[in-house]
Amino acid sequence: MTAFEQTSEAVLENSVQRESVADPSLAPRGEAAASRPVEELDSVVIRFVGDSGDGMQLTGSEFSKAVAKAGHGFATHPDYPSEIRAPTGTLFGVSGYQIQYGSRQVFTSGDAPDALVAMNPAALKTNLADVKHGGIIIANTGAFADTNLAKAGYTSNPLEDGSLDGYRLFKIDISALTAAALRDSGLSKKEVGRCKNYFALGLMLCLYGRPIEDEIADIYEKFAKKPEFADANVNALRAGFAYADAAEIFAATYQVREAAAKPGIYRSITGNHAAALGFVAASESAGVGLFLGSYPITPATDILHELSGLKHFNVTTYQAEDEIAGICSTIGAAYGGALGLTTTSGPGMALKTEAMGLAVMLELPLVIVNVQRGGPSTGLPTKIEQSDLLQAIYGRNGECPIPVIAARSPADCFDCAIEAFRIAVKYMTPVILLTDGGIANAAEPWRIPDVASLPKVEVSYRTDPEGFQPYARDENLARAWVRPGTPGMEHRVGGLEKDFLTGNISHDPLNHQRMVEVRAAKVAGTAQDIPPITVEGPAFGDLLVIGWGSTYGTIAQAREKAEAEGRSVAHVHLRHLNPLPPDLGELLGRYKTVLVPELNMGQLSKLLRERYLCDVVPLNKVQGKPFKVSEIHDRILELS
Amino acid sequence: MNDMSAPVALTKKDFESNQDVRWCPGCGDYAILAQIQKLLPTLGIPRENFAFISGIGCSSRFPYYMDTYGMHSIHGRAPAIASGLKLARPELSVWVVTGDGDALAIGGNHFIHAMRRNVDLKIILLNNRIYGLTKGQYSPTSEMGKKTKSTPLGSIDRPFSPVALALGAGATFVARSVDTDLPHLASVLARAAAHKGTAFVEILQNCIVFNDGAYSNLTDKATRDDARVILEDGKPLVFGKARDRGIRLRGMEPEVVTLGEGGVAESELVVHDEKAAHSGLAFFLSQFDTPDLPVPLGVFRSVRTDSYDELNAQLHADVRAKKGDGRLADLLQGGETWTIA
Repeated sequence: MTAFEQTSEAVLENSVQRESVADPSLAPRGEAAASRPVEELDSVVIRFVGDSGDGMQLTGSEFSKAVAKAGHGFATHPDYPSEIRAPTGTLFGVSGYQIQYGSRQVFTSGDAPDALVAMNPAALKTNLADVKHGGIIIANTGAFADTNLAKAGYTSNPLEDGSLDGYRLFKIDISALTAAALRDSGLSKKEVGRCKNYFALGLMLCLYGRPIEDEIADIYEKFAKKPEFADANVNALRAGFAYADAAEIFAATYQVREAAAKPGIYRSITGNHAAALGFVAASESAGVGLFLGSYPITPATDILHELSGLKHFNVTTYQAEDEIAGICSTIGAAYGGALGLTTTSGPGMALKTEAMGLAVMLELPLVIVNVQRGGPSTGLPTKIEQSDLLQAIYGRNGECPIPVIAARSPADCFDCAIEAFRIAVKYMTPVILLTDGGIANAAEPWRIPDVASLPKVEVSYRTDPEGFQPYARDENLARAWVRPGTPGMEHRVGGLEKDFLTGNISHDPLNHQRMVEVRAAKVAGTAQDIPPITVEGPAFGDLLVIGWGSTYGTIAQAREKAEAEGRSVAHVHLRHLNPLPPDLGELLGRYKTVLVPELNMGQLSKLLRERYLCDVVPLNKVQGKPFKVSEIHDRILELS
Repeated sequence: MNDMSAPVALTKKDFESNQDVRWCPGCGDYAILAQIQKLLPTLGIPRENFAFISGIGCSSRFPYYMDTYGMHSIHGRAPAIASGLKLARPELSVWVVTGDGDALAIGGNHFIHAMRRNVDLKIILLNNRIYGLTKGQYSPTSEMGKKTKSTPLGSIDRPFSPVALALGAGATFVARSVDTDLPHLASVLARAAAHKGTAFVEILQNCIVFNDGAYSNLTDKATRDDARVILEDGKPLVFGKARDRGIRLRGMEPEVVTLGEGGVAESELVVHDEKAAHSGLAFFLSQFDTPDLPVPLGVFRSVRTDSYDELNAQLHADVRAKKGDGRLADLLQGGETWTIA
């Protein structure tokens, strides 16, 4: 464990207030409230870890749903291996799901778990270092047999050798207890084994004071076609709940105060799901069909999944033969007048670059989503990283400007999806939307917007042949969108340099310079729509933290904490990265120091230095993991 | 979709753009361009509903010379772009003009998948067996041993048969013609235009600068009748200047036989069947090549199955019939929600 992480634990320990109360009215809303004392918490971080076949993603997401229904703010972080089914019991096959929920707005899935549910030794070994000292460890002793211990590289059983003395360790044979509960289910031993995640879920719901009735209804719905599995899973769930309720090993149960969120109707949403909904909203607003051409790639594929199920909207999805066909089919659809969308992740982005250049040359609206992951090459397919920023802005042959925006949270993907199409159709340009593997799969509560209040995406096709020139431009330097099928306006477009007005092939030197300049000016001009920057914190001061993308929550939390400790620190989080907001340069001058945390080697730092000729302090991390609040907080304290 | 208000009588002239045609003098592409410009006014489709999509190469300059909608895109990707366009706008008549390098080398993947899906596209491949625009390198259809700028010692690459490749990918319409036989070319293109689904036409085309005479045995009056067999649906495979030879099957092997007195009867010959349920016969024909067997020209295969765009439209209609038209507010509020007062 590094000194850094120790600091973070100390810091976080202070941030969570614990209070033991014996008031029975605060007892959990379970089937039978226990008479144990209830510890009330402001927030709690729980991590479920097990083999990738143990169903931990399901346990985690079901637990999230239960706390969401109670009105808590929450944030999650699924962390799973890229292998579909890694060999059982191995360190690299460990799959995890972390959730932080609390009584106030929750920005991140949390630094250090307060509680770890470890379904086998490998899961314990790979996650123990993150658990808060004194935190709860619930270990499935049934999986701590010699072979599993050996696979995890343990020479002695950590549950017995005292190495976990610094934690509140609960040894529960979840495997055996599940098997006992399902003795009469008629299921095979293997099938029974697969129900133990529901035992773990029941146990944790009880421990954290959540009822299980909704979950039972969910199980019956989910397994409607296989009632024997529904019964088994419900029995496992009940058994887990009853065990936690009755067993005397737990000294207390825990209750998190309910959050006082803004009134409204909420749902839990992941970034990929929110993006899909945002694209449908853009299509509905424009009154124009959405066309998604895409090739499956982790972690972007869920957008394709979501949209492919929405064909009763004006949505066409096309699973192309490769990444190139994904964007090229989209260009074809956009040429035909559709809202063209292609979705991918880093390696797919690399394959699409030539076609992006074509879209720039054709001046057709198009949205390209890059759900970033660890790179280069295949890299870390399931892990978070922000290292494709410079690729998005610069990574094409020729002078090839494209507007780039980035979403800051799962729910923000919805707004950014609409914003991307707004820019694309207004300026007749491809637009790149960056999200990442963190927010794509993580969930947070989303206050569902009123449809009438959504930003408008306005599309108009030119149909008047009078005086038509294919590359004549409007006041925004956008050319007209003319769909094939429009009489009297037949014309040709293509990747060769175009004449400034007619769009015919032109190799004229001055025309090329003029076209390069006008394409650059058009993209630069999109900055006119960027709203004034929102500064969180003081308008002048010691330190300005600038971030972009999924680091929003972590930076916001770190800044709030530092401000509460008396530091003069502000935070700006950029949605528009190319072009940058017009008022950013002036803002930089109002603070003594600028800190730029990024999950890359300093790509925004480079852009800011180049653009504003001012120095910034980079804070970079490339471990396939999000920042911890403490990592940013510590740096803020050093600089302010 | 035919717009009733569209001009009723279009002519070839209506399809000629104002751009100077910049192929080399004597290039086979001129004849192909003229045939297509002649064909389109006869199809009863308004001019604005045609879109020509191309990739890169000499053949891909084609859209610039057509006074229709058109896109000169990037190397090899025209079938992918055309597929997206056709799905977004099923009422358009979408044509792809490509070459042997564009379709079969850099664009091979899109080419086969267009066939597999059976998107309603007309794909015209101008096969000159050479890279012309880059000035003379061998292509995926160049014969083995060919000496080019990039194969000074002769090519060791085995060539593709575009027809066999298309059939292997499940194409529903496959035909071959040659640039100099204008009536034949016109009839094959008309058949392709009438086909619903991916219609693939390989046109053997002479590159006068880098591969002149590549098909001279098929085009010279003195040799062509012995070097080619014209495919006609339901007719036996007969060829030769005097129409005195035919193709007979010996087991699975084709053989050239002499007809008439002392030879075999026509009834013993292989009879062409474009609509055979399986593409076996068409594939068998695709293997014919000189000097042992005549090169088949005409329609190898023409079967009607649902095109991808038809299936896509059906899918949308079915889901709307089942679920009704989607409502955004319902979608946003879908899943499990909770209310905070």
